[in-house]
Amino acid sequence: MRFMMLVIPKGYESAEPGKMPDAEHVAEMMKYNESLQKAGVLLALDGLHPPSAGVRVSFKNKKPTVTDGPFAEAKECLGGYWMIQVKSKEEAIAWASRAPMGDNEIIEVRQVQEFDDFPSDVQQAADGFKEMQAATKS
Amino acid sequence: MNDIQRAIDAVWRIESAKIIATVARMVREVGLAEELAQDALVAALERWPQTGIPTKPGAWLTTVAKHSAIDHLRRRKLLERKHEELGRELEAELETAASFADAMNQDEDIDDDLLRLLFVACHPILSPEARVALTLRLLGGLTTDEIARAFLISEATVAQRIVRAKRTLAEAKVPFEVPRAEERTERLASVLAVLYLIFNEGYAATAGESWMRPSLCEEALRLGRMLAELAPQEAEVHGLVALMEIQASRLRARSGPDGEPILLLEQDRSRWDYLLIGRGLSALKRAEGLADQGSYTLQAAIAACHARARTAQETDWKLIVGLYDALLRQTQSPIVELNRAVAVSMADGHAAGLALADALTENEILRNYHLLPCVRGDLLLKLGRQAEARAEFERAAALTRNLREQALMLKRAKACS
Repeated sequence: MRFMMLVIPKGYESAEPGKMPDAEHVAEMMKYNESLQKAGVLLALDGLHPPSAGVRVSFKNKKPTVTDGPFAEAKECLGGYWMIQVKSKEEAIAWASRAPMGDNEIIEVRQVQEFDDFPSDVQQAADGFKEMQAATKS
Repeated sequence: MNDIQRAIDAVWRIESAKIIATVARMVREVGLAEELAQDALVAALERWPQTGIPTKPGAWLTTVAKHSAIDHLRRRKLLERKHEELGRELEAELETAASFADAMNQDEDIDDDLLRLLFVACHPILSPEARVALTLRLLGGLTTDEIARAFLISEATVAQRIVRAKRTLAEAKVPFEVPRAEERTERLASVLAVLYLIFNEGYAATAGESWMRPSLCEEALRLGRMLAELAPQEAEVHGLVALMEIQASRLRARSGPDGEPILLLEQDRSRWDYLLIGRGLSALKRAEGLADQGSYTLQAAIAACHARARTAQETDWKLIVGLYDALLRQTQSPIVELNRAVAVSMADGHAAGLALADALTENEILRNYHLLPCVRGDLLLKLGRQAEARAEFERAAALTRNLREQALMLKRAKACS
C-alpha cells in the first residue's frame, strides 16, 4: 500500500514567497527522511514553495481564471509530502507519528489510489492516464 | 485484531529488526536475540492496551529486550561459575561485557548490527528455504503464519524451518559479524540471492492466487532498499535493487484480466509504474558508478533498455545484445544464451536468432526447458515455417508444468496452419 503523508504547516498559507524552513528544522527533517530511507519504505518526497509564490486556477463556468497567491480564503495549505510504501494504514500512522513536527504542524495521512482500485468502466475511461504519468515522470 | 493490536503490529514491523539486531550484539546469538525481542513484544501486548502506546515505542521495546538480555547474561555467568569454568571463559566474558556496554551506549551502531543480522540470516550453512524464512522473520518482521501463506506451505513447516535454522546457527557458533575480504563477496552474493529468491517467489505467481505473494515482491524490494543504505559501496546491491524496481514496475501489466501472462513486448506500457522505473534507473546509475559490477547490474541494464523504450518498437536491441554478451562472459548460462538469441533475432533478423537457438538444442541443461522450443517456434513462425513452428509449440506445451503457459502454447500451436 502506498500512502501520502501530507504536511500542513499552519501559517504557511500566508507566508512570504521566499520563506524557507530554518536550518535546525531542516537538519531534524533530514534525519527523519533518512530513517524512512533506511527502513526501505520511502518512495518519494518533496517540499513546496509557499502559496504566495503560486497561483490558483479556478474554473467557474468552465472558464479558467488565474488568481495569484496568497489566497485569503485558504485556512490551511500543503507544505510538502512523503510517499511511502507500507503494509498497513497503521504502519503509515506509526511513521507519521515519528515526524519531527512543531505545535503548528499537522500531517494528513492518505492512501494513494491504485489503478486496480477503480471499477473496470473507470479503468477504461482512465486509459492513458498512466501514460500521462509516464510523460511527466520520465 | 483490535486497533491497539494493529498499532502494536505496525510498531513491531518497523522496530523488530533493529531490536533483534541490538540484542544479538549483546548475546551474540541471533536465535536467542529473536526470542528476547519476542518477549518484549509480549510485554507490550500486555501493557500497552492499558497504558496506551508510549511516545517512543521502539525505545520502550528495545529497553525491555535489553533488560532481558542482561538477565540472561547474568544467569549464564552464574551457571558458568557453578560449572567452575571461570578460568578459560574469563576472557570471553570480558569481551561480552565490553560489547554489552557499548550496546547500551551506541545506538548509531544499529546499521552495522542490521547488516550483521542480514548476513547471519543468509548464512550459507543454512538451506536456501531456511535463509528465506529466517530473513523474512528477522528482518521483515513477518509472522510464521504470514510466511506460510506467502509460500503456500503449512505454518508448522515454516516454524520448524526457523527453529532448525536458529539451532544450526547456534551449534555452528556462527559469529555475529559481517565477514571481511573474500568471504564478504561470497556471503554478500548469498544475501542478494536470498532477496532475489523472495522477490521471484512473489513475481512468479499470477495475480489473485494469494494476496501475500505480490507482497513478497514488495518485501524483497524494501529489504533491498534497506541494504542499499547499509552497504552503499556495493555495486551489485544497487544492481539488484534496480532490477527489482524495474521488474516490479511491470507487475500490473504482465497479466491479463483472467490472469493469463502477457509477454514483455505485448504489454500495455501505459500500465507500467513509472515511479518505480524512475527509482530503478537511478539505482542502476548508482551501480554503474561503482566498481565490481556483476550479473545483477547487467540484468538491470537490460531491464532498463526495455523500461526506457516508450514502445516495443523503440527498443535498442543492439545495446541489449551487447549487454547479453557481457552477461554471458560472467555467467556462461545457456538460459542467458537463449535470451541473447531472442535479442539477436530482434537486432539482426529472425534467421540469425534461430541459428543461435538451434545451436542450443544440443545443450543438456536446456533439454527439458520449455522456453527453448517456445523461442524456436516463435522464430520459425516469423520465418514462415508454419509446420515446424507448430511442432515446437506442441513440444513447449508438453514440457511446461504451468497450466496457463500450457494453454498459451497450445493456442499458438493451433494458430500455425
